[in-house]
Amino acid sequence: MTRYRVFALVALLAGILLAYFVWGTQANPYSNYRFKLGLDLAGGTELVYKADMASTSPSERAGALSALQGVIERRVNLFGVAEPLVQTETASALTGQTEDRLIVDLPGVTNVQAAVDALGKTPTLDFELVASSTAAGASSTPQFVLTGLTGRYLSGATLAFGSGATAGLAAPQVEIQFDSTGAALFEKITSENVGKQLAIFLDGQPISAPVIKEAIPGGKATITGNFTATEARDLAQNLNFGALPVPISLESSSSVGPTLGGAAVAAGVVAGLVAFAIIALFMLAWYRFPGLVAAVALAEYLALMLAVIKLIPITLTASGIAGLIISTGMAVDANVLIFERTKEELRKGESPREAVHIGFGRAWTAIRDGHLTMIISGIILFWLGTSIVQGFALVFLLGVLASFISAVSVSRVYLLAFVPETAGKAWHFLLSSGFRKS
Amino acid sequence: MFIAIHRTFFFWFTGILLAAALGAIFYFGLPVGIDFAGGSLMQVQYPNGRPALAAVEQEVSTVPLGPVSVRASGSDAVSIRTATLTPEEHTAVLAALSHNASTTELSYTSVGPSLGAQFTSKALWAIFAVVLAIVLFIAFAFRKVSRPVPSWVYGLTVIVILVHDLVIPAGFFAIFAHFTGAEVDSLFVTALLALLGYSVNDTIIIFDRVREHLAVNEKTGTKEDFETTVGKSISETMTRSINTSLTVVLALAVLVILGAAATRTFALVMLVGVIAGTYSSVLLAAPLLIPLSRYFTKK
Repeated sequence: MTRYRVFALVALLAGILLAYFVWGTQANPYSNYRFKLGLDLAGGTELVYKADMASTSPSERAGALSALQGVIERRVNLFGVAEPLVQTETASALTGQTEDRLIVDLPGVTNVQAAVDALGKTPTLDFELVASSTAAGASSTPQFVLTGLTGRYLSGATLAFGSGATAGLAAPQVEIQFDSTGAALFEKITSENVGKQLAIFLDGQPISAPVIKEAIPGGKATITGNFTATEARDLAQNLNFGALPVPISLESSSSVGPTLGGAAVAAGVVAGLVAFAIIALFMLAWYRFPGLVAAVALAEYLALMLAVIKLIPITLTASGIAGLIISTGMAVDANVLIFERTKEELRKGESPREAVHIGFGRAWTAIRDGHLTMIISGIILFWLGTSIVQGFALVFLLGVLASFISAVSVSRVYLLAFVPETAGKAWHFLLSSGFRKS
Repeated sequence: MFIAIHRTFFFWFTGILLAAALGAIFYFGLPVGIDFAGGSLMQVQYPNGRPALAAVEQEVSTVPLGPVSVRASGSDAVSIRTATLTPEEHTAVLAALSHNASTTELSYTSVGPSLGAQFTSKALWAIFAVVLAIVLFIAFAFRKVSRPVPSWVYGLTVIVILVHDLVIPAGFFAIFAHFTGAEVDSLFVTALLALLGYSVNDTIIIFDRVREHLAVNEKTGTKEDFETTVGKSISETMTRSINTSLTVVLALAVLVILGAAATRTFALVMLVGVIAGTYSSVLLAAPLLIPLSRYFTKK
């Protein structure tokens, strides 16, 4: 008994500490552990792009995708958004076809078009060899061969004015500098293909195809085309923010204004508090003393859930809040099973303390099997993807695990800390259940 | 015992309910939202009072977009569904709407058709996978119970229960959607999947009790009619079956009444599903074991 009283005190203190952590970090506006609100609550825009990997070899896909992410991240930061998030996702549909996606979250941005325009200015750049130098037959379309040299190896671009031989004026052009990998690749390509044409593709269009005269070390190249000075300047600027290794296309977008999100947060908080109060009252009224224990364990469960959500951190969405509230109702399920079983044992004539022990032991298999089926559906839900579904699935899964812990250990410790070996009428009343006096 | 004795009545009652739900699904249909079909959905608020829906539709149709559906949303907002819009078209629609009145865009979602098709196939697979995994798990969990019904019969019974627990909320949703214009979205699928995991809980509680009684009877050499064992198990676990669901029903009811508008339909579908799940566990799952046991003992 003394041992359980010590455990109970520890459990209570742990709960209070967790609650203090949740409250304290939320009250401090500069804390790193404030709740992260999803775009549907905080307001903002989510853009999902599909990366066109048709001309990328499978082994290079992962690299191209992370290069893509880097470039878009730089772009997004330029857009001036607080805490933007750029994620990649490789979705393998069951048809066997994989699709690489880029998910861009822009909190606070509600103008979809402005966001799309800002990101869409990112140019794609790649270099392709002209296979058949069709010098004679000018009308036949040339064949292009991929070289693997793309915008991802770019380190910088500058505007320059070449000495145009034919034009009287100096023609504006863009000088690009490759990074070390790109420079090595460029040197290799040029040394192996002297005499051939190397076409420069910008946004999928060949803009020039100079003939390789000799191997070019050092990783410098010049893009010439019929640029105006402004066009060349913009191109150099855009290339400096990064050129995309593969083209992207907008697949889906969603934006939520700040009013709707704010209302959802307020409704979530109210619904959560009311749901907790009603469930705690019901447990107290029906199960009496064990009900009180369940209510305290439920409060600790909530503190644990909120603390874990802050620590991981899990981004809260409207569906996640719904999941949390529903899980409050589910979290007492194990308690109900245990208390009912305890009551049965008590009726059979067991001593109160023994009844609690047996109650926990016998209810265990049903609790275990029931929780496992919920975990199964939670995992498959998470696999289903999309942020709305995953927001719910994560909270649901966590809730199942946390309720496991709170019901099986926390309420057990509390009950065993108080329920005496032998009991008079008072304890019999407190351990019975129902709204009547029996 | 009451339920085990009058099981035929409950089987018929469940059959009629299922037929009604299926009828509703086929008669009204399940309207598919943009998460599955692709398309764009925008919610626009008119702070100074909402104009007639026809007028809004008129304004939207100044931008050539194909079919447009305009519905009232809340007290002062409309939701407009179109085919998938480009960012330019979206801006054009907003401009057309704010031509005569001041408007605020509350939310905007656009899903490309290929993404929608992928999500549809994924959702169907997910439902199938959850059902299969649960059935296999139940068969595994009850593997040591072989008399009078083999363990896989428990799994088989659970399939019937799961189908019931999917069809009833779906049928409810078909009727609900017919009158409110709600659409099947990713949250609806989420509700169904979460329900599948949760609603077998009560079934497990009863099966677990049957399992325990069978083990005790075997140990003590007690001969007991299987029907009696099942009937006893149902009535012994009745209070906890109801109470475990009741707490979730309370949470869901609060969510329907006070929760965010975005999750209201979701909570309502789950509410119906949890009630249907409890009903099916108590009045369908365990009683179904009785005729099945007869079938297996005859052989």
